[in-house]
Amino acid sequence: MVMHSIVVTVNGETEYLAVPSNMTLLQLLREKLALTGTKNGCEAGECGACTVLMNGEPVNSCLVLAVEADGAEIVTVEGLAEGDQLTPLQQAFVDHNAVQCGFCTPGMLISAHALLKRNPQPTEEEVKEALVGNLCRCTGYNRIVQAVQKAAYST
Amino acid sequence: MLARPGLPSFDYVRAGTPDEVIGLLEEHGEVARLLMGGTDLFVRMRDGFIRPKIVVDVKHLSGMRDIIYDEQAGLTIGAAATMNEVARHPDGQAHYPLLTEAANSVASYQLRNRATLGGNLCNGSPAADTAPAALLLEGRIVLYGPSGEREVPANEFFLGPGETAMQAGELMTAVRFPVPPAHSAGRYLKLGRNKAGDLAIAGVAVFCFPDGTDSGYHFRIGLASVAPVPLRALEAEEVLAASPPGEETFVLAAEKAVEASSPIDDVRASAAYRRAMVRNLTLRGLREVWAQMS
Repeated sequence: MVMHSIVVTVNGETEYLAVPSNMTLLQLLREKLALTGTKNGCEAGECGACTVLMNGEPVNSCLVLAVEADGAEIVTVEGLAEGDQLTPLQQAFVDHNAVQCGFCTPGMLISAHALLKRNPQPTEEEVKEALVGNLCRCTGYNRIVQAVQKAAYST
Repeated sequence: MLARPGLPSFDYVRAGTPDEVIGLLEEHGEVARLLMGGTDLFVRMRDGFIRPKIVVDVKHLSGMRDIIYDEQAGLTIGAAATMNEVARHPDGQAHYPLLTEAANSVASYQLRNRATLGGNLCNGSPAADTAPAALLLEGRIVLYGPSGEREVPANEFFLGPGETAMQAGELMTAVRFPVPPAHSAGRYLKLGRNKAGDLAIAGVAVFCFPDGTDSGYHFRIGLASVAPVPLRALEAEEVLAASPPGEETFVLAAEKAVEASSPIDDVRASAAYRRAMVRNLTLRGLREVWAQMS
């Protein structure tokens, strides 16, 4: 099987890796780099648990090949906080009980983080639209939407 | 189908030139597949429907992601332009809002960062959200193959569920849209099981511009997910060309749109529901587009 040499920056760290053609970015993050914050929920691009930033934009990492990430900048949930300093968005999730089992949370944070970058003061409708690709089975979404809006208005 | 995560085994190749792509397709035949966004390909590979041995990435070919508007030539969109790239392009928004709306209706924001216009069209799903817009805006699909480049008008492109005029060994490079008629307006109304993110239960596109028909206006109606192919409701369009625009005519046209559809029962909806929704969405679309005409 062909192995590809890739260079990918993950949360600011440059990684030099050899990956098989059929490895996904999700597998690269979890299995090669032990960044298990990003989750595998469906492997079909439906649930968003695998959402990461690729060159600043959220993507479903289960549908991106590791080799396609060559030369890319990836940000995972582990890369949001500055050391122990949570972002206002992360803090808002904590403050507003937007986390129950936590499985959807990394993907939610990435999608919401990207939303606030491109639309710093989203309406409730805009938050919901931005999070369409992130499913949550626990919270019923209300507190997640509230947390995102509160984070927006506090920054 | 696979109990462990990942994709079946294959070799990834990044193509440098269109001729390289054609060569690889010729060499490997059925076991080679083209890769653009991967949002359909990888899903189907995991489900076991497709088993390529070679996956040829064509996203990086020159021009494949370009979106260029020219006041004479119209809009040319590279086949690998993502849905978000199409949707946020200022020229697209200004001159082809129907296409912008269609591109924005696909799946989720993160999928729209990978899913491509070309992929949506060449997969030939009857539910392809960009297909009605492509039909109504008279898009032409540009293909490149062993005999060089050819163009297929959108209304000759969709042949059956999953079947298009694209031949084995060909590559889609772009979609070209002519300059739209003056003062045109359009809407794409997509009904899913939820407000956003789902595949279409029914998708209705309506396009209108002032013209020298009996009614003074030219309407086009496109339907997705309610027939074996995305299609135009031509008899509905004829009704709208012949009679004064208004609620009475719109009701008749909506009935004709229902007759143009031939939906099936599936997990998302019954055929009967789809027919009812074609009527409602067509009516709503006509009213909204007509309101924009005044």
